[in-house]
Amino acid sequence: MAGGDAMSTMPATLATTQACPTFLRSVLAFARRELREAITSRWFPLYTIGFAVLAVATSFMSLAGSGSLGFAGFGRTAAGLLNLVMLIVPLMAMTAGATSIAGERERGTLLYLLAQPVSRLEVLLGKYLGLSLALCASVCIGFGLSAGVLAWRAGGTGVGSFLVLVALTCLLAVVMLALGLLISVSTRKASVATGIAVFAWLTLVFLSDLGLMAGTIVFKLRVQELFALATLNPIQAFKMSVITQLNASLDVLGPAGVYASRTFGGALAWILLGVLVGWGVLGIAAAAIIFSRRSPV
Amino acid sequence: MIDARTVTKRYARLRAVDDVSFRVEPGQAVALWGSNGAGKTTLIRCLLGVIRFRGMIEVGGVHVRRRGKRARANIGYVPQELAFHDDMRVAAAMAFFASLRSVNHDRCVLLLDRVGLAGQDRKRVRDLSGGMKQRLALAVAMLPDPPIIVLDEPTSNLDAGGRDEVVSALRDLKAEGKTIVFASHRPDEVLALGDRVLVMERGRLERDTTPQELWSSAADIRTMRLHVRAETEADAARLLRQGGHAVNHNGHGLCVSVARDQKAAPFRLLANADIHVRDFEFLEDVEWRGATP
Repeated sequence: MAGGDAMSTMPATLATTQACPTFLRSVLAFARRELREAITSRWFPLYTIGFAVLAVATSFMSLAGSGSLGFAGFGRTAAGLLNLVMLIVPLMAMTAGATSIAGERERGTLLYLLAQPVSRLEVLLGKYLGLSLALCASVCIGFGLSAGVLAWRAGGTGVGSFLVLVALTCLLAVVMLALGLLISVSTRKASVATGIAVFAWLTLVFLSDLGLMAGTIVFKLRVQELFALATLNPIQAFKMSVITQLNASLDVLGPAGVYASRTFGGALAWILLGVLVGWGVLGIAAAAIIFSRRSPV
Repeated sequence: MIDARTVTKRYARLRAVDDVSFRVEPGQAVALWGSNGAGKTTLIRCLLGVIRFRGMIEVGGVHVRRRGKRARANIGYVPQELAFHDDMRVAAAMAFFASLRSVNHDRCVLLLDRVGLAGQDRKRVRDLSGGMKQRLALAVAMLPDPPIIVLDEPTSNLDAGGRDEVVSALRDLKAEGKTIVFASHRPDEVLALGDRVLVMERGRLERDTTPQELWSSAADIRTMRLHVRAETEADAARLLRQGGHAVNHNGHGLCVSVARDQKAAPFRLLANADIHVRDFEFLEDVEWRGATP
């Protein structure tokens, strides 16, 4: 080896205690690496461009629909973007999270990472932080382009509503990412994890609504039960949260919305935010417990 | 330096490591010897604290199961095959592991130079040869200058040149006084590096001996590598063992020990069972013959 002789000149340290990186240092190291890898991977530009194109298209359509009524461009578009966000962002976040740990395990890189002086919690939180930053960057780029179109065509009225939507969308992305990571630590193959993530997304986005409707008819659910069940779905909690934060009435959601508005009043926004944050915290906590118990190979 | 007591690792009904106890003193080089499935890799994973196991392992006085992170800070690990992200550049990979080990950039440059990878830092990991990847893994393992190096068959995927490079580097580390634990299926490597050999079979520690004792009566034994079709490898290994040969079956051909005047015997055994030997080679045993008293 070229460095064979030189290797022997290395300082011989036989001390039994080597420097151990701090928790924060390890987490940040993994976060940096995850962010760098996300940006150079295929999914990041694909999702970013896809989301940006759809957001800009939605903005143009909202503007076209406004006619000459002199509407508040940002506020109206924020409402228009809500449905788009509910579809796209959970899919982005859950699939990105699902492939993360399972992919490392499948490639054999997870064992090598865990053979370093790091804990599993540090690896998991580092990946979570890095992917969260990547997802939020992707969402902000999409919304940023959309905001540019709106500012150019309709001025800055209602920009507050728009920023609320951006912030809540980032929160949704982070929450759904935690659920994606939960799937990822529970599976061995990235393809299986992606499949489960897509099925979970379908369930949360489409099937839960259908189930709720069917349940209401079959079990004759009371309105408070209907509201509680709807709130258990993080995507529904996000939707109600956005509508509440935009100062719109939940009456548009039917009897359950009316019940929620009248029962909880001003506290409703905090309850819904709490539900969202709770999903994220529970998701990442469950992922950490499962990850600590599963073999890295 | 390493104290393992009654280490047991089960996968469902299989005991991959079965009640294994051993000690490694500072500065010793200990080889784990055995066929595929003998439990060498599993024992190394227990040593690193990356899988759950029963029993107790202390590394530098630190309990691996309770304080795995602290224990691993004393260990540099080289896997059988480098498991880096292929898209990463060499410099970025070094920088990432340096940040995990609290090591500065200058040390990365120095180590890349010392393992002969100076000027390769812009290359992506996937563009490195097998030998270069193992040298990179060695550089990563040496980042914090750890007192213990653990290697899992580090030369099994290398050609003769790459193997010599890695063995030479390990000899230098041994001369520095590093404690080395390595899994191997090559007698020449074990004799060149090992002070002791832990012979494992079906998860159990069968013998704790020296390389010279293990092969002293085998001065006239040579080791050849036979290449047969992948689907017949397991049958071939079984037949050869039944024929009284020591066989290592590690996915890169069958390493078979034969008496110097009976080199055709394995071929006859396999031919009788209609197993076709595609190719064969003798492992370079000059070094280990030299090491035998």
